[in-house]
Parts: sequence; structure tokens; C-alpha cells
Amino acid sequence: MIIVLLTFCSILPMFFILFFITSKGISVINWRFLTQLPRPVGEMGGGISNAIIGTFMLIGIATAISIPIGILAGIFLSENRKGRLASLIRLCVETLQGVPSIVIGIIAYIWLVVSMGSFSAASGGFALGLMMLPVIITATEETLKLIPESLREASLALGVSYPRTILKVILPAGVSGIVTGILLSVARVAGETAPLLFTAFGSPFMNLNILKPMNSLPLMIFNYATSPYPEWHTLAWGASFILIVFVLGLNLFTKVVTRRWKVQF
Amino acid sequence: MNHSRKSLLRTGRKKVLGLITILLVSIVFGTIGHAKDVELIGAGATFPYPLYSKMFDVYNKESGVKVNYQAIGSGGGIRQLTNKTVDFGGSDAIMSDKDLAEASAPVLHIPTCAGAVVVTYNLSGNLKLRFTPDAIADIFLGKINKWNDRRISEINPGVKLPDMNVTVVHRSDGSGTTSIFSDYLSKVSKEWKEKVGGGTSLSWPTGLGGKGNPGVAGLVQQTPGSIGYVELIYALQNKMPYGMVKNKKGNFVTATLASTSKAADTNLPDDMKVSLTDTDAPEGYPISGFTWILLYKDQSYGDRTEEKPKELVKLLWWMTHEGQKYTEPLEYAPLSKKAVEKAEKLIKSITYKSSTVMK
Amino acid sequence: MNHSRAEVLVLEAKTETMRWRKPALSEPSFRRILSVAGAFVLLLLLAIFFSLIIASYPAIQSFGIRFLFGSTWDPVRSEFGAFPFVVGTLATSFFALVISVVFSIPISIFLGEYSARGTTATFIKSMLELLAGVPSVIYGFCGLFILAPLVRTLEMKIGVAPYGVGIFTASLVLSIMIIPYSASIGREVISLVPSDLKEAAFSLGATRFEVIRKVILPYAKSGIVAGILLSLGRALGETMAVTMVIGNSNFIPKGIFSPANTLASVIANEFTEATGSLYLASLIELGLVLFIVTTVINLIGKLIIRRMGVEG
Repeated sequence: MIIVLLTFCSILPMFFILFFITSKGISVINWRFLTQLPRPVGEMGGGISNAIIGTFMLIGIATAISIPIGILAGIFLSENRKGRLASLIRLCVETLQGVPSIVIGIIAYIWLVVSMGSFSAASGGFALGLMMLPVIITATEETLKLIPESLREASLALGVSYPRTILKVILPAGVSGIVTGILLSVARVAGETAPLLFTAFGSPFMNLNILKPMNSLPLMIFNYATSPYPEWHTLAWGASFILIVFVLGLNLFTKVVTRRWKVQF
Repeated sequence: MNHSRKSLLRTGRKKVLGLITILLVSIVFGTIGHAKDVELIGAGATFPYPLYSKMFDVYNKESGVKVNYQAIGSGGGIRQLTNKTVDFGGSDAIMSDKDLAEASAPVLHIPTCAGAVVVTYNLSGNLKLRFTPDAIADIFLGKINKWNDRRISEINPGVKLPDMNVTVVHRSDGSGTTSIFSDYLSKVSKEWKEKVGGGTSLSWPTGLGGKGNPGVAGLVQQTPGSIGYVELIYALQNKMPYGMVKNKKGNFVTATLASTSKAADTNLPDDMKVSLTDTDAPEGYPISGFTWILLYKDQSYGDRTEEKPKELVKLLWWMTHEGQKYTEPLEYAPLSKKAVEKAEKLIKSITYKSSTVMK
Repeated sequence: MNHSRAEVLVLEAKTETMRWRKPALSEPSFRRILSVAGAFVLLLLLAIFFSLIIASYPAIQSFGIRFLFGSTWDPVRSEFGAFPFVVGTLATSFFALVISVVFSIPISIFLGEYSARGTTATFIKSMLELLAGVPSVIYGFCGLFILAPLVRTLEMKIGVAPYGVGIFTASLVLSIMIIPYSASIGREVISLVPSDLKEAAFSLGATRFEVIRKVILPYAKSGIVAGILLSLGRALGETMAVTMVIGNSNFIPKGIFSPANTLASVIANEFTEATGSLYLASLIELGLVLFIVTTVINLIGKLIIRRMGVEG
């Protein structure tokens, strides 16, 4: 009946998107595409190597920033279920999660780009890290809340200190949920463009220096898709294919693998 | 206790730690190892972007210096230079007094080439159109809505114009191309000057906005019945038709390398801040303009060492001399001898601390 | 089987403790570190809010509340009014919401009521999650190259200017992007409707459809609304996909096929080149407005969900 029809209709866009990107993008992928730098405007060939490396480096910076604080804050929230400060912080985490990515880009520009006097991968990574933070905090808090009190009590009763109990017993027990949170937030920021528009800035060169501008897959797709050159459009389809395989693959991987690690009580 | 499970836990944790260490080490070494690489960062006009991307690619191969230029529009070039987040800006718009006041230090305008802004359109039937200044102004003011309007057909006798709506495409970002185009229209149409005026970001009476020259070219390509303005090379590279324009002397001129050069062959002030629109040259294309590299005259701001100004000066010298041979294949007009002389004087006046960079 | 792993952890920690006489970290200082981490998040949010206010102050000073209703965005004359973008944002979000609800409520009913488990349900749920995971720029890319030409043909048929891009296209793309959000919350809420209510209705002779219409939906109403609010919050802040298909016009749109701009897309287009500090401050003020509006809507949505006890 209608309900079933509408349900399946809404899944159709997914198939369309995958179909188009695969059919247009897969023919572009070859070794040259993955390892070469982009060519100047109007010249054939070229590749997206700097965008691929750039995406990974930006994710690396973002994870380095967001994981330590995220996990610690998540532990704090799970250890302080009640209390006004904790509730306030929880509110802040939820608010942060809803901040539009373009506003995060503005903040990173004001705080880092202007003060450092240059566009840089660091500022782009910082913006992405800000976006990952609330997801990691929430995942950590929710996972740790599910671990039964008996485990913690047993550890404390045996004389293990409180810090060690948290770090060596509770946290490892919840590692699957936390890693899920991290991987999902990575999948989310891997495809983000808006915060990078005025932070990482883009670059036609390969760059490993985080204090300089850097290219990334979503930035490249945006620039090439909105250009009038058919060669660039083809490159954009190829880059989209790689990006979507990475993001969706990460989502699926997260579901399958962390199920194995789950500690049951 | 299950020993295999225990060791699995240990190796799992070790693997993660190992990965994190590799990540951090590579970030640190990547940054330190390449800290000494000189990379010049520039941003701005899309007008010369095809030329610059070729020039910087060649320059990188010849000298090893990376020049990272992002085409975000002339407005962006001016803004980022003012914020000192880039080493140089690219602009086809001369900085206004307001912009200069905000930059608070003198900014040099070094010309690199001259180009033409063409009026391109999307109509079937391979039509070659001619435009008068009034027609262009009326179309972009939204006063002419149909292609077969009398005002267009009377300047194009013998051409079968379709009964289609005219869709105007303009720039959505701050653009030097817009600056050149609107500067021309302000000179030839009083109504334009009053209603819209000139500048990089206008309050367009009608139409769609495209981002950058590529964005406008893309939209015109895709929208039947549309008309827009782009730099010549964008129309050529995308095989889009563009119209002849009637110049001041009454001749209908096509934008070419030659007609642009003729328009650029005019009195050049020392600071090279000159508009080439509505040229007096009888065979000059009326919607032409220089494009400049903008940089601070005094390079000792912030914590800049002498290294970057030196490289910047070398780059600019190369762009105005050896680099000029890349202009013609891309249909940009190279700088005339007079223009190069003025540019040389400007480059020589760049200072660092209290002495000129170029000795 | 997994119990032994928990044992392993505790015993490992205990053995380590026995190896070293003093704990490396004392409890009070550890707790302090945790509090600092938590407080850091609080400070971060406050810093974001205040940075936005400080940076947009020149515009707030010049225009005051008129900013929200000014319909001219003219960088040449330094006159900045946000109204065209407010209209663009509201129009695209509203249409996107309407279109998405047509699909997300049936999905919620299907997954919550008809086939909560089983392979079909898992398949659809996975598809929805993947849909939510597709990056915005790819939606924009596909919208520009696949949807826009179709819309253009439609526009030529009905005699409107064949832009291809505009509010209509942007709303379509946006609606697909936000379906997963309202669908997943709707599903949760509907599956939580107590079965005795449903049983009672069935035993009184109601058909499936009537039970849905008169029992389930009213009961789950506020949860569904919450889901809709959350997807609205997402739609308001969406940048890249919208920028690529909305046509970039700074005027108040005249109709559903007109080009327009949203608060987010105009920032993306004009930020790097705002010459003049009033221009930049005005753009940042747009960001501030966006920040406040999305925050309020998201928090209302989350509040409703928490009241219902559903895990969002």
C-alpha cells in the first residue's frame, strides 16, 4: 500500500546517487589519477593525490585534537550523572553538535587564520576537530553509562586506585562504543567542505606542512564541480567516487567490526 | 583465564597506539621537514587564473618555489591581502580609497597582462551577434527581456533571433571582472551609472549569480537563452560564442589578443592604476582591462623574514619578463614595453625594513 | 565468554597496582583533570558565542534590529539587510520539510509498526544511515548535474525562466538529506507506543489504518514533531549542497523557481572577499543569527525527545 511505496521511494535517491557516481567516477580511477597532482587549467590529465593525502592529514589533526579532550569530557559526564555543572556541560555538547559547519568555519578563521597570518591545514583540522568533539563526548558518555557498577566496585574493592580503575578497567571495557563514536565522527568530517573554505584554503601542490594551506577531497570536488571545464568535472566524479567509498565504507566497517569487540555484561 | 583473549587485547591496544604514534610522528616530521620550503600564497582574481595556474606550474618546475594561488575573486584577493593572510593578491579591480584606507599601508599594483571581458550567450543556431553599449546596459539592467527585442534585432540585421527569454548571469562573488564590466557600463550608460554603478560587488537588478568566471561560464553553458560576461579565455576554452561590441569610435570589434593590446596601448601612469575600458583606439576592444598583482610596498610587516619578499620579487620579475611568453597562447595580451618598464620601476621600489629588496 | 574479558581488565589493573607502590595519579588531581576537560567544552561554546558577537559588533551597531528586516544587500553602498536570506532560508527549509515529511512519516510507520525487525527493516535502516552519511558536497554535485537539468526541462515546459537552479531544486536536494533524521526519531517513537493501546483498538474492530491514524500517530505526535524539528535544524544550517544549487541571488525571491540565497550560502559565497569591515561584520552577524536559530530549534527538539524518554 501507500506506506510501503513511499518508504521504498525514499530509498531510491541513495541508489541513484551511488549509481551515478559509480558509473561516472569509476572510469576515471587509475593509478595516474591517484598519484598525480592536478594540472593547470585546460590541460588534460592530472590527478587528486594531494587531495587524498590532504584529507587524511586534516582528519589526523582533527582526531589528535578531539580525542583526548573528547574522551576525558565524556568520562567526566558519565562520572557525574547529576550535578548542575554536568547538566550545563551536557547542554553545551548538544548545542555544539548543532552548530552549522559554516559557523565553525567562521570561528576557525577568526581564531586561527587571522592570528597566524596564513591559511593553514592546522586551522582546517581545528575546525574539523570542533565538529568531531561533541560526537566523541556523547559516544564516550553513553558507552560508559552502560557499564555496570559492579565492575567498578570490584576494581576499587581490590584496591585499584580510582584513576587506574577508570583508565584501565572502565575505559577499555567501553572501547567498542568509543571507537564507534570516533569512526563515525571521522566519516562525518571527511566529507565536510564548508569549514575548510576559509581555513585550509586548498592548494594545487602536495603539502605535508600543517602550517600551510592544504587541499582536500571535498574542497576539490566543490571547486571542480562548479567549474565549466569537462575535464575537471570528470575528475570531480572520480574524487566523489573515492570520497563516497571511503565515507560509506567507514560507516559499514564501524557497524560490522565493533560488534565483535563489544563487551557484554 | 583465556590466554589468547588476553594477548589479543594487548596486541589490539598496541596496534592502536602504534597507529597513533605513526600519525603524530608523520605530522610533526612533515611540518618540520618542510618548514623551510618556501611557499608563496596568493589569492584573488579568476580573470587571469588560467594564465597564473600555467605560469606558477612552470615557475615551480624551473625554480622549485611553490606558488599556491586560489582563485576566489578579486574581492577575496583584496580582503585577504588586507588581513595579511596571503603574500599577494590578484585583482582586476583597482583598490578603492576605502580599501586602501583599510589596508593602512601602501599597496602596489603590478600589472601582469591585459585581458578582455566578453559578452557570451547560449542560443542555438550558431548565431554571431553584435552589441552596442546601450543594448548591453539595457539587457543587464533587465530592460530587455526577450532575445527578439527590437533593440537587439536592429543591430543584428539578417540574424534570426528566437522568441526566448533573456536570462542574465552575473557574478555572485566580489569580482574584478565585474569591476571592469561595470566600469565600462558606467562610462557608456548614464542610467547604469545611477542605478547600479561600478565596483566588485554590485546590486544586480536581475539574474543568476555564478561563483567566479568558471561559475558564470558554467551557468551560461547550461542555461538556454542566458547571457553573461566572462574573461575571453573562459569563452574560448569552453567553445562558447561571444559578441562583437561597438567601441567609442563606432567600430564593431571582436575581442582578440590584438584588439586587447590596442586598448592597452594608452597613457600609462606610474602606479599603473589605469582603466582600459571604452578605449579611444579605433580598433581597440572596449571592455578590456589590466589585471594586477597586489602586494604591500613595505614587506616588513608581521613576522616576515627577508626570504619571502626576495622570492616574491623574483617571482614578479619573472612574471613580467620570461613569464610573458605564456600569455599569447591563452589569448591574454602581453604587457607592452612601456608597461614592462613601469612594472620594473614598481618592483624595484618594494622595500624590506629600510632597503629595497631588489638590489 | 565475555565475562572473562572484564575479569582480565580488572586483574590486569590490579597486577599493575601491585607492581608500583604509589599510584601514578592521585584521585583528586584526576578528578580535577576530568572537570577541566568538561569545563573546557563549556568555555568553548561560550567563546564561540562571544566571538561571533564581538566580530559582528560593527554591524550590530550600524543597523540594530533593522538588520533582520532590511531587504537590501548592497556591498557597494554598504547597506546590509538580512531579509532576503531569511526568506531564502525559510523557504528552502519549509519546502524541504514538507517534502521530507511525506516520506519520513510513512518510513517511521513502516519501520516502527509493520516490520520492526527482519531483513527488510535492517536493510531500510542501513540505507537511511548511508543516506545520512553522504557528504553534503556530493549531494550538491549530484543536484547540480542530475537534478538541475531535469528541473530546467520542467521549467521550460511550464514557461518559467529555465534556470535549473533555485529554491525548488535546493528544496528537493535538502529534503532528501533530512529524511533520515526525522525518520529515525519517528521510528523510535512509534515503536514505543504501548501495545495494550493498540490491542484495545484492534479488539474494538479498528482496521490497521485506523489504529495508525487514531491511536499511534496521536500518541507519538510530539516525538514526531521533535524529529521534524531536528531535521529542520539540520536543514537551516546546510551549506554546501544548497550553495551549489540555489542560484546565488541576493534579492528576495519572487517565486518557488527563483534563485535565492540562504544565510549559510551567502556566507560561503562572500566571506573570503568581504572588503570593508562592515561587510565582514554583517556576514558574521548572519552567522550569529544562524547560530542562534539552529541552537534554539535543536534544543527544543532534544528537549521534547528527552521528555519522551526516547534515545535520539
